[in-house]
Amino acid sequence: MSDVPTGGTQEPSSTAVGGEEVVPSEARTLEVVEVREGMFGVHGTGDTSGYGGLQRPVAMPAASRRPFGGWYDDVADQLERLLGEEIGSGAIESVVADRDELTLHVRRERIREVCQHLRDDPALRFELCSGISGVHFPHEIGREFHAVYHLLSMTHNRRIRLEVAVPDSDPHIESVVSVYPTADWHERETWDFFGIVFDGHPALTRILMPDDWPGHPQRKDYPLGGIPVEYKGATVPPPDERRSYS
Amino acid sequence: MSTTDTGTDPYAQSQDTTSGPVFTVTGQDWDEVVAGVDPDASERIVVNMGPQHPSTHGVLRLILEIEGESVTEARCGIGYLHTGIEKNMEYRNWTQGVTFCTRMDYLSPMYNEAVYALGVEKLLGITDQIPEKADVLRVMMMEVNRISSHLVAIATGGMEIGALTVMTVGFRERELCLDLFELFSGLRMNSAYIRPGGVSQDVPEGGLDAVDRFVSLMRKRLPELAALCNQNPIFKGRLKDVGYLDLAGCLALGVTGPALRSTGYDWDLRKKQPYCGYETYDFDVITRDEPDAYGRFRIRLDEMDESLRIIEQCVTRLRALEGAPVMVADKKIAWPSQLAIGPDGQGNSLEHIRHIMGESMEALIHHFKLVTEGFRVPAGQVYTSVESPRGELACHLVSDGGTRPYRAHFRDPSFSNLQATAAMSEGGMLADVIVAIASIDPVMGGVDR
Repeated sequence: MSDVPTGGTQEPSSTAVGGEEVVPSEARTLEVVEVREGMFGVHGTGDTSGYGGLQRPVAMPAASRRPFGGWYDDVADQLERLLGEEIGSGAIESVVADRDELTLHVRRERIREVCQHLRDDPALRFELCSGISGVHFPHEIGREFHAVYHLLSMTHNRRIRLEVAVPDSDPHIESVVSVYPTADWHERETWDFFGIVFDGHPALTRILMPDDWPGHPQRKDYPLGGIPVEYKGATVPPPDERRSYS
Repeated sequence: MSTTDTGTDPYAQSQDTTSGPVFTVTGQDWDEVVAGVDPDASERIVVNMGPQHPSTHGVLRLILEIEGESVTEARCGIGYLHTGIEKNMEYRNWTQGVTFCTRMDYLSPMYNEAVYALGVEKLLGITDQIPEKADVLRVMMMEVNRISSHLVAIATGGMEIGALTVMTVGFRERELCLDLFELFSGLRMNSAYIRPGGVSQDVPEGGLDAVDRFVSLMRKRLPELAALCNQNPIFKGRLKDVGYLDLAGCLALGVTGPALRSTGYDWDLRKKQPYCGYETYDFDVITRDEPDAYGRFRIRLDEMDESLRIIEQCVTRLRALEGAPVMVADKKIAWPSQLAIGPDGQGNSLEHIRHIMGESMEALIHHFKLVTEGFRVPAGQVYTSVESPRGELACHLVSDGGTRPYRAHFRDPSFSNLQATAAMSEGGMLADVIVAIASIDPVMGGVDR
């Protein structure tokens, strides 16, 4: 079909190719991260079931609208006051409240400023940065790499997630080491595994892989590796080449 | 000094030894020349310790700049135990992921399994459908694991400062914990016992009596460690005021666990953000106002006593829950069979094999689909955290709606805590670096994953 989305965002009214509504009604836009084809992991002429023609976009939970519920609104209000701009128009692109967790999508050049507010304001006071890691969405064109920050407020006993998306062609994010010193190793790990460059990091070097390692192993296009194993005449292919269910 | 005695090479001195001439680039009057520039030139050396060293807690590499016996700079080199567990999990289904993540922090496998299972359950939205018995079993196994992990922390920490009896006592007691793991899960370590939806098998015959015996024996033996160390002047002399890290340092560097509680702050996720029903158990959070290696040692000792209290409460509950399910009722998620011991080892129970192979074609299809393909998990992401023996162990899971984790990331407490090495050991003595690192108890399997 011609109108199959290949990535980016989609209007909420659109339906999946299978005809089923995939977007919750209150959603604004849909973040399509992947398009899945077929069903049983068989591609090409081997599939006679007809399921091989199935194409379904995979969407992450969509952005929420106010009220977000509970203390989420307090945090959002306070951040709007401190940043002097509304959510959606400036540093914070969108807010996702899903599975009892609050996610703020932050623009990459503002992440340090947002973290500074989140740490310093007594009403927010996220004093501990639990960690930073990355996620690679190769189908989300222009937003391939997401850096994910998990902050914890011990004062208010709350958790919050910040997500920063950057394109593959220019994977630069402002470092938050000056706000959260613990981010040092976490940013190095994210650089090591995803190739996201944290500008302003004191020493952005590889941390878990050897210094001269080529490539960034957690990217989706980086192969898992492995060799076929022969056992009693049969050969078992390496895990990434085995048949998988799509 | 003249250069005529160096033979033909004007730059390197040579001297004849039994194995032939040895050339060195020292000599001449260069020591006097640099002495004017750097008065410590003869004192300052960079020492590489590890990655294979008896007192580095596994394959940790320390790069230390020392002046005499004092450490001026300390840096960690990690990554020697990186096994790509997070990447591998992306190529296996959600249930198989347990088998991988249990191997990260090899001293606390139950916590790795639990935090991952809690994450998958939260993604599925079945957190409140987990049977009570599974939760009680999870809590019990986690607390037994806390004891075994703290015992290793104390044992290896003692060994590294030369207290070998502490080591033998600690490992002797830990063996009892591993025996319990073997009895309940079939394996001493890496047992893949806690799975999405519940636990892999019910309480074995005589299991609760064995736990009772374990608790009463530990109540006798744990005080031995306290009697051996708590007031021991040598032990206190090595640990007191070493590895000091105050509350601000802990929060800035992301340090959690016993190190954070040794500053007097009662941050314990079991109380603050309860999971697996921890809010229904009666126990205390141990804190001390001594943010040094000795305070952390005492916290670990006392936490083991609290764990024994929780284990006792678990046994009482399990006795009342005999015959209750240990796996979620949803057959689209629950692993199709419980494990059992057969004549050829542990595997699917014989009744189940008989059922799928001889009685029901549909049951066989169901088993095949669930075991090979697995279940689908709705798209989204979650972050779950538990209080592991070393601090906040957390799991960030991303699903794309498929049968495999799209991304699994573990926030291992050892990884964050190890960043405090420099803050805790710079300016101190070389021998205290060992004590400081032992006091945060890093496990390299968890650091490097």
